[in-house]
Amino acid sequence: MTDPSPVLEMTGITKQFPAVRALDGVDFRLLPGEIHALLGENGAGKSTLIKVATGVQESDAGTIRLGGVPVRFPAPAAAQAAGISTVYQEVNLCPNLSVAENILIGREPTRAGRIRWKELERQAAELVARFGLDVDVSAPLDAYPLAVQQLVAIVRAAAVQAKVLILDEPTSSLDRQEVTRLFELMRRLRDEGVAICFVTHFLDQIYEVCDRMTVLRGGRVVGEHLVSDLDQGGLVRLMVGRELAELDELADHVRTESAQHTEDAAPALLHAQGTGRRGGIEPFDLEVRAGEVLGLAGLLGSGRTELARLLFGADQADSGTLTVDGEAVTLRSPADAIERGIAFCSEDRKAEGLIPALTVRENIILAMQAARGWIRPVSARQRDELVSQYITALDIRPANPDVLAGQLSGGNQQKLLLARWLITQPRLLILDEPTRGIDVGAKAEIQKLVVSLSDEGMAMVFISAELEEVLRLSHTVGVLRDRRLVATWANGPELGTDQVLSTIASGVHE
Amino acid sequence: MTAPVLDTSETPPKRAADRPKRFAALLGSKRLPVYVTAALFVAMYIGGYSRYQNLNFGTGQVVANLFVDNCYLLVAAVGATFVILSGGIDLSIGSMIGFTTMLTAFLVQKEHWPVLLVAPLALAIGAAGGALMGYVIHEFEIQPFIVTLAGLFLFRGLCEMVNKESIQITDHTVTRLALFHIQLPGDTFLSLGAVLSLVVLAAAVYVLHHTRFGRRVYALGGNEHSALLMGVPVGRTKIAVYTVSGFCSAFAGLLFTLYIQSGDPLHALGLELDAIAAVVIGGTLLTGGSGYVLGTLLGVLVLGLIKTLISFEGTLSSWWTKIATGALLLAFILLQRVMAAKRR
Repeated sequence: MTDPSPVLEMTGITKQFPAVRALDGVDFRLLPGEIHALLGENGAGKSTLIKVATGVQESDAGTIRLGGVPVRFPAPAAAQAAGISTVYQEVNLCPNLSVAENILIGREPTRAGRIRWKELERQAAELVARFGLDVDVSAPLDAYPLAVQQLVAIVRAAAVQAKVLILDEPTSSLDRQEVTRLFELMRRLRDEGVAICFVTHFLDQIYEVCDRMTVLRGGRVVGEHLVSDLDQGGLVRLMVGRELAELDELADHVRTESAQHTEDAAPALLHAQGTGRRGGIEPFDLEVRAGEVLGLAGLLGSGRTELARLLFGADQADSGTLTVDGEAVTLRSPADAIERGIAFCSEDRKAEGLIPALTVRENIILAMQAARGWIRPVSARQRDELVSQYITALDIRPANPDVLAGQLSGGNQQKLLLARWLITQPRLLILDEPTRGIDVGAKAEIQKLVVSLSDEGMAMVFISAELEEVLRLSHTVGVLRDRRLVATWANGPELGTDQVLSTIASGVHE
Repeated sequence: MTAPVLDTSETPPKRAADRPKRFAALLGSKRLPVYVTAALFVAMYIGGYSRYQNLNFGTGQVVANLFVDNCYLLVAAVGATFVILSGGIDLSIGSMIGFTTMLTAFLVQKEHWPVLLVAPLALAIGAAGGALMGYVIHEFEIQPFIVTLAGLFLFRGLCEMVNKESIQITDHTVTRLALFHIQLPGDTFLSLGAVLSLVVLAAAVYVLHHTRFGRRVYALGGNEHSALLMGVPVGRTKIAVYTVSGFCSAFAGLLFTLYIQSGDPLHALGLELDAIAAVVIGGTLLTGGSGYVLGTLLGVLVLGLIKTLISFEGTLSSWWTKIATGALLLAFILLQRVMAAKRR
């Protein structure tokens, strides 16, 4: 097969945001009649690239050619008119309009300016039926569940006779059967000559349906391959950005007496049996003992955070049982979990954790005060004592309780968040990506802290995208993939990054 | 296009499950508030009839007067419906009406311009004022609340620029137009203003439900970001919506002039709030995207009927109108909340 000329060709695309360069000279080609996977971890630049291609944002530099002709897209309408059709990750339709209107808005059949409603609904019904969906097109869109809405969005995008169809994580709200339906539809459109760009975090799906792939990392293209040329291990390495050998070296640290820990007769502090949540994470079994660090590894979107949120009651499980201290519990809200000594440090410390406009002191005391209720205030003396104790213990700098939290560096903010939870003296601490985006020194300090806290008998769930970190700190390692806990091992010298990586990549547990 | 290749035989989609249930459909129906308002109107009317039938409450003219006495409010509320459906708000309505009465009275009475020239001019100024506010809202991404608040002060201030005191209109054409009546069967009549307001209403129903522009207004109110991504020209639509509102305000101003035959800097003070109340009582969501102009008509009629009932009662202060309006508004906003919660 000769290489046909690309339908969409983006060259040297650069996009600078105030803080980061989201795209740095990215070249991206879409050929007619192919399904092309666009891959990369969070922050790699996928979304920005799609926004540039669809006219939501304009790039600072670079050219876009459509069918060989240079084009500019100042607005989404311009990209659509040129034949680029997009389905975004969140359903981007108007829930108040009917299904038919959502599919055909902007292309309503009219006669002398008057919308022909009968014709509109007939056309929409035809399109919907073509895609094997059974919905009443005259009903408002919000009468249907999210998955159906997502399929309607796809029908809308495919109905335009587009040359290019961009699907940004369309499968995240679909179940297996709906995904199968979608893939059949994608293959059919491909065979009709449409160029499809498919973004997903599910690696299996890439190998199931895609022909070629482009991998982004840190705003640059790190690889453009035929899917058949690159196995899942190679792909994960490309995305994560480290060669296996390099990882091996980093992971060559002492693994402590983990075997004893897991063999320990200490009863489980928290025990999950078949706990799961539809659309979040499939049912899993998990056990954490006092003094044990349970590390969770997996790619972004593999269900790491979803699992943690279930244990903390931030989301409610819809299956399975959860026991704390041998007693079955239902965690209806984070307050329930806090009451049982479970604490959760969110991965998004800016949005979900710290309050930047309050001082260090106020931030530290927040969770403790919340746990006590507003009726029993903490006395000023006791508060100052506790605050200075934790500032010293965690070495928060500057060691001044009156500094605003927003002025601290990332690492110190993370320590501050930790202090806030530690002050409530939790028995199980869930840390979701505690070391992301902080410098090496602070990272090491937080890792040391995890070790010493577990030595003191605190149970921890440690979630991190960095494998070596998980392997260094954990007594038990769990691997998540495609929203499933696929393996749990007792950590030990025999457990290598290779094995974990290949499990992340293939889902097969050797 | 070949026959569908998607195999759905494996999982026959259950029609009953895929379709919204009937009862739930009624509770979640966007028409429910309109039905409630209609029922309320009927109940109030029956209540009034049983209490005041000796005072000729039952005559057709009582109903016809609801249209005659509230024609300007109806037109203003129709404009407000466009804005609220799109997810915005327009606080400049009352001022625009006041300004129009002032300008019309001044040009007709003092400058002796022909009414047929002044009317289009006033409408054009209203539309242009609305377009300007829409442009500022869209281009500078400012809250419509603030921009139209500025409009409120601006046009009220401009009233005094035209003339400091109120102007009585004795112009022959205006008087004749004001007295023009359309005779209906059963010894009832509609004024010219009432008829024109119904024409505006019919035009609005057509535009909102049968043109692309109308559907864009709904799309904008449903989810502006989505509408943008779906290729709806958000900016143009937004500017157009405020233009419609400005036009309707000026139109309402002309009807008000006709109704009261004078211009006054204090005319229609706070009328935008009545218009917004009528829209909300008529079942349109304040957050936008859901509602009907016919609901707005019902809202105006309910407000008008409250006034009528209180005047028939005779002993009640007219302030009770405000109390009743406030209570109704609260009830309808709560109904909207409950419906929104049901839907989720």
